[in-house]
Amino acid sequence: MNAASMAPTPGDNLIEVRGLRKYFGTGPHPVRAVDDVSFAIRRGETLGLVGESGSGKSTIGRLLTRLVDPTAGQMLYHGEGASGQDLAGMSQGQFRPLRSKIQIIFQDPYASLNPRMRIREVLGEALDTHKQARGAARLPRIHELLTQVGLRPEHAERFPHEFSGGQRQRIGIARALAVQPNFIVADEPLSALDVSIQAQVVNLLGDLKEQLGLTLLFISHDLDVVEYLCDRVVVLYLGRVMEIAPTSALYAQPAHPYTRALLAAAPIPDPAQRRTIPLLQGDLPSPANPPSGCVFRTRCPHAVAECASADMALRPVGADHWKACWRDDI
Amino acid sequence: MTTPTAAMAAPRLEVQGLSTSFATDAGRIQSVADVSFAIHPGQTLALVGESGSGKSVTSLTLMGLHAKTSQAQVTGQAWFTRRDGRRVDLLALPEAERRALRGNEMAMVFQEPMTSLNPVLTVGEQIFESVRLHLKLDRKAAMAHAQRMLELVEIPAAKQRVHEYPHQLSGGMRQRVMIALAMACSPTLLIADEPTTALDVTIQAQILALMGRLQKETGMSMLFVTHNLGVVAQYADAVAVMYAGRIVESAPVHDLFAQPEHPYTCGLLACLPGVARRHAVAVAGQRPRLVAIPGQVSSPLTPPPGCAFAPRCERRIAACDARMPALSDEGSAGGSRRVRCIRVNEQPIEEVAA
Repeated sequence: MNAASMAPTPGDNLIEVRGLRKYFGTGPHPVRAVDDVSFAIRRGETLGLVGESGSGKSTIGRLLTRLVDPTAGQMLYHGEGASGQDLAGMSQGQFRPLRSKIQIIFQDPYASLNPRMRIREVLGEALDTHKQARGAARLPRIHELLTQVGLRPEHAERFPHEFSGGQRQRIGIARALAVQPNFIVADEPLSALDVSIQAQVVNLLGDLKEQLGLTLLFISHDLDVVEYLCDRVVVLYLGRVMEIAPTSALYAQPAHPYTRALLAAAPIPDPAQRRTIPLLQGDLPSPANPPSGCVFRTRCPHAVAECASADMALRPVGADHWKACWRDDI
Repeated sequence: MTTPTAAMAAPRLEVQGLSTSFATDAGRIQSVADVSFAIHPGQTLALVGESGSGKSVTSLTLMGLHAKTSQAQVTGQAWFTRRDGRRVDLLALPEAERRALRGNEMAMVFQEPMTSLNPVLTVGEQIFESVRLHLKLDRKAAMAHAQRMLELVEIPAAKQRVHEYPHQLSGGMRQRVMIALAMACSPTLLIADEPTTALDVTIQAQILALMGRLQKETGMSMLFVTHNLGVVAQYADAVAVMYAGRIVESAPVHDLFAQPEHPYTCGLLACLPGVARRHAVAVAGQRPRLVAIPGQVSSPLTPPPGCAFAPRCERRIAACDARMPALSDEGSAGGSRRVRCIRVNEQPIEEVAA
């Protein structure tokens, strides 16, 4: 394991990701969707995972829920009583009992609900799979879940097409909550929703997290929502970690040139604050053939020759604040 | 009616009472109703709204691009000032004349560049087609023009790219090609329907900067359809907010963001985490809540009897359900602002985000 994979992991961690890799395809140039990523998720926090398309953020969410299998690395899960089970090394059979503890909310509420199942069946299937709330307890539990996410008990008898996008996302959240998880991966849960509905779902997620003491990995490209909802943020680019920081520090003093560019590119909803945007030129390089050294150097306004052979190890820049840029002079 | 200042020429586009309805299995639905706005030369009007608000239907109606099978019924007027100064009503124009305008004096950029470009033609051929038709250029000149257009939209190595197919380009490059295609005949009106929605933020910033530069250079007018209030704030001169097919508030961009007056506009702005953060005073140790608009848009098949927003509105009174309020006249709400709310002049809504 090299230095880059030894990320800082202080505090009470629920999940520790170490040197995680996921390559798709074989041959000399597989797509390096996630390439040597290390970070930790603390018990009870909301960790934001941000980046553009192709940064590997969704793949990390799918790796943690074992919907895809990692190529290399460790994903240590510190559940109650157990110390450091490596999710990466488990077979699907070994992971199965943990699925009730580790749940995921998907991006597209239209595609992630079976159109032929009543909501009662959607939620009931989750309960049955994990042998929870059986028999007479089943229906009351389903009604309780629906109420918890702001729907009504009578909605249990309806089909997904009878709901709006925001309501379907609430059902997706209820399904994740059904089996009493302590860790939820929310993979762009707001992207398919209109802004007025997004606010409802953001409030709901925040409330549920507090009530149920959940730990949340919030995957998003929307920097405003991340700032609002998350305690700490991991910034990804081309399958690599660029920066890890507490939310307030990241937005106030972004240390990595990519984070700065990303923040500057997000349009501010205030015409009094128009800016001549410091543009990030060019496109994302191919993840099948990433640049040597720092993967961001081909678009970085501060790149110098040494960046081509730079080490991508995370370097401390402040309290709990790390960046993968060797230049401290910018 | 608009009141153009002496220095200002006639509006490039002046829409009056535009309504569009479609036939569906469940009956006719009114997608757009009584939409009026004006765009002056060189100006950008942002048409903002959520899914189903009628913003895209408005732009497609103006371009005359509705599918025959949807049996669109359009009423109202859309006065377009042509290059030669003549004013024509787009909606009353014979199809042949309209076709001569489309892609020529008025052009459109769509949201999804992959589905709007022809996958079996090179990008050069697609631009070539349009300029051969409208500018009557010969083959050689048309191909050279296509390459110039790609250079104009800052596509690197335009000489090679002109021979490439859409699938060989990234999403951002494809959207540049779409813009090159739209700009090929130097339109005076560009309708951009969510042009950056499918793109990442850093690419979105590039495309918006490009569109701003082209607009400055050519003086074209733009109708910018979007749901992204950040983009609106950064980019537009004026804003029209749509809800359930109608404009509920229109104003210059600074006025609208500084003091939204329609309860829906207020709610929309208060929903934004960035705005909430600036306004909200965090209760000791607690996360400030976003001000969500409760409920959802009513179905176009069963519209409420009065104001369409009333069922979700916190300022609703009995009179709101009596009839659809009219859009106020310019001046009555201050400046050129127009608001569709019976309560707007009662008292200013200030404590939106509190």
